[in-house]
Amino acid sequence: MIRFLLKRFGIMVTTLFIIATATFFLMKLLPGTPYSNPDKLSEQQIAMMNQKYGLDQPVPIQYARYMGNLIQGDLGVSLHYKGRPVSQIILERIGPSALIGFQALIFGSFIGLALGIISALKPNTLFDYGSVTLAVLGMSIPSFVLASLLQYYIGVKLKWLPPGLWESYTSSLLPSLALSVIVIATVARFIRGEMLEVLGQEYIMTARAKGVTEWGVVMRHVLRNSLIPVVTMMGPLAVGIITGTLVVEKIFSVPGLGEQFILSIMSKDYSVIMGVTLFYSALFILTVFVVDVLYGILDPRIRETEGGRT
Amino acid sequence: MRVRLILCLMIVVLVGGTVLSGCNFGSSGNNSSSTGAEDGAGSDAAPKQILNMIEGDEISTLDVAKDMSAVSANAMNSLFDGLFRYNDKDQPELALAQEYKVSEDGLTHTFILRDAQWSNGDPVTAHDFEYGWKRVMQEKGPYISLFELASLLNVNKILDGEMKPDDLGVKAIDDKTLEVKLSVPSPMLEMLLALPIFMPHNQKFVEQAGEKYGLEYDKVLSNGPFVMTDWKHDQSWQYKKNDRYWDAENVKLEEINVFVVKEGSAAVNLFDTGKVDRAVNLSPFDVTGYEGSEHFIKMATTSNSFIRLNPDFAPFKNENIRRAISMAVDRESLTSIVLNDGTIPSYGIVPANFAISPDNMYFRDVNGDLSKDTKEEAQALWQKGLSEIGQTKLEPTLIFSDVDWSKKTAEFLKAQLEKDLPGLTLKLKTVPHQQRVKQEKAFEYEMSLSTWGADYNDPTAFLDMWVTGRAANRMKYSNPSYDELFAKSTMETDPKKRYDMLLELEKILIKEDAALVPLIQFGNLILKRSNVKGLIEHYSGIEYSLKWAYIE
Repeated sequence: MIRFLLKRFGIMVTTLFIIATATFFLMKLLPGTPYSNPDKLSEQQIAMMNQKYGLDQPVPIQYARYMGNLIQGDLGVSLHYKGRPVSQIILERIGPSALIGFQALIFGSFIGLALGIISALKPNTLFDYGSVTLAVLGMSIPSFVLASLLQYYIGVKLKWLPPGLWESYTSSLLPSLALSVIVIATVARFIRGEMLEVLGQEYIMTARAKGVTEWGVVMRHVLRNSLIPVVTMMGPLAVGIITGTLVVEKIFSVPGLGEQFILSIMSKDYSVIMGVTLFYSALFILTVFVVDVLYGILDPRIRETEGGRT
Repeated sequence: MRVRLILCLMIVVLVGGTVLSGCNFGSSGNNSSSTGAEDGAGSDAAPKQILNMIEGDEISTLDVAKDMSAVSANAMNSLFDGLFRYNDKDQPELALAQEYKVSEDGLTHTFILRDAQWSNGDPVTAHDFEYGWKRVMQEKGPYISLFELASLLNVNKILDGEMKPDDLGVKAIDDKTLEVKLSVPSPMLEMLLALPIFMPHNQKFVEQAGEKYGLEYDKVLSNGPFVMTDWKHDQSWQYKKNDRYWDAENVKLEEINVFVVKEGSAAVNLFDTGKVDRAVNLSPFDVTGYEGSEHFIKMATTSNSFIRLNPDFAPFKNENIRRAISMAVDRESLTSIVLNDGTIPSYGIVPANFAISPDNMYFRDVNGDLSKDTKEEAQALWQKGLSEIGQTKLEPTLIFSDVDWSKKTAEFLKAQLEKDLPGLTLKLKTVPHQQRVKQEKAFEYEMSLSTWGADYNDPTAFLDMWVTGRAANRMKYSNPSYDELFAKSTMETDPKKRYDMLLELEKILIKEDAALVPLIQFGNLILKRSNVKGLIEHYSGIEYSLKWAYIE
């Protein structure tokens, strides 16, 4: 197990290194400067400012310098928010994104699970058709359309929840709801499909033949086995939500990280682009890792093969 | 199984709790009055002097040596007071300077400061100005060109590295007397001195704050109408009245909460719910239904768009071709039907409602429409031009930035010009904004949908760039008589004569040479509650002034 973890850790670090390198060189291909009024700067001024921020050096030297600092944990300072440390920007911005994303996952999984289970147990009924339709709608309506609708009807017309800004816990509910729809849809569809498949398995028949109650069959045998693929889906879904927050964050004026990511690319804020990309990559890699471990816990067959290696 | 379930729940609660505690909601801390608007409406007493408003972006920094782009400049204008301040007519009026003397040759300006204090009680002295300006030179920030424009003594030599920032032509004679030396007389000096880059800085405070200066609300010291009492990055910031301000009796607002909202639709929603009293960054789509409302303001800005024509593209060497294109554009349809966002047609390079003459007239009104003519006239010129260059058709490529209005404008131009100018095929190419600027600088374009905005209220903001070899020329425009007249205008100390020269310059550029195609002047859509009075919407330099604003 320890060898497995070490090996995975090694792969994770290597991946991050490759991502950092690729991002750095790709980013340098972007046209323009990170300064706010490129139209009005003369070549002389741009040269002066490049020199000040070390951007006049050849790209490989800038790269070496950046990586050197990165190894020491220094993400540098923003070029757009003159001199604000990148690590501070990420720390300030991650809270709201994480809360919205986390809530969206929780809301989404629970509602999705409930819809999926009932649909699978009562297939081809009105309820089933209803929830399948809902799932298809949820998949196909972009979250920003839904966000705008929620904002207008619940925020402005009904005034149940604040239509924007980030002032109290209630501010986080509408954005979470807007984001959770895709999770509801994905989870419901998935669970329904998996459960229908598991319900047809012979061991379910065995269980029923042994006299296990219907509730017991569903909870212990069907649901548990249907959850395994859902767990694998959770990883990408979680990351998708974190990056997907950017539009929703903008609509609700939430000071989150997704919004900052786009902004930094638009303004060529090199150090912030690097910092946020690395942060997202690390998060993605970590999520995949956690999902792999969880998978082993849920599915004994996988646990055994992994365990066999240690 | 049950144990695992409990464990899972515990993890959920733990993670949830950590996340919640880490997301710094705006209402915690000292942001005390987000419900101000409703409080004010409910009581019969005088309304609370609290203004809630929206900015479309975060302040990048409050350190003017490092940046002075729009949102930052607006904030600095609320926090600082300089020698001059813009009044409701966009004209500079004496602020911290009490008296003002100019030497006979126009090169030495002496300012006597009034008694004023920083918000920490330190007196504002002439040394603060000297320190602040020299610091800007030291930092070599992006807006340093304004120092060149003001013709401060030795600026160019300092930029070339021949002299030190300390040699800048500004000196505190004593605590109350500031002497400013110029290299040549600068007719725009007063106009420029009201800009944030010329504000004083408290040396002791700046040095104490170090790298963090201007980045947090407690890392900035103001001497203006308001002080900053809170700043949650990318969310909101708050001003309170500065009781130590020298003109505090004319400041009525007690508190201003500014929220960062980047989506126009969200801004309108917040305006509708009464959360904010002023919303900006709006598109025509956002304000549907507000047309004709007392809260709705549609105003022109001092930014415009025009088409650069690259003379390296052989057909554009022909004056008739250039003039035909310029005259053929149907700007009225473009602004009122296609864009419909407060944009107005431009028939000159200097915008309307801008740059008042010594006779109290706007530049555009005096010079009139320089590139306007009938379709038939344009077509005749077009045919004449084509035969002169011996061609029957022309296929130039127009590059434009990948933003909404640019795309709409480019598509309109293609359809309209191809219809009205037979033989013209306009190829369109979208590029990122910075790529467009880069291509312009490298002359790698044929036609480019360009934009320009004024940093200061003077026609030269749009005329200086066409002098031979200027960095912003990007069109290789070169006309010896233009250069000569421009040089003469910078030496002219009689405002009336100078203004006439500037009028003439625009005529040379647009009317005689048809060097470029003037297109449109951008508009600005603003929602402002009608009980907000005295909030000045400026046309140039700064977007608005809060100093005299109050709630009725």
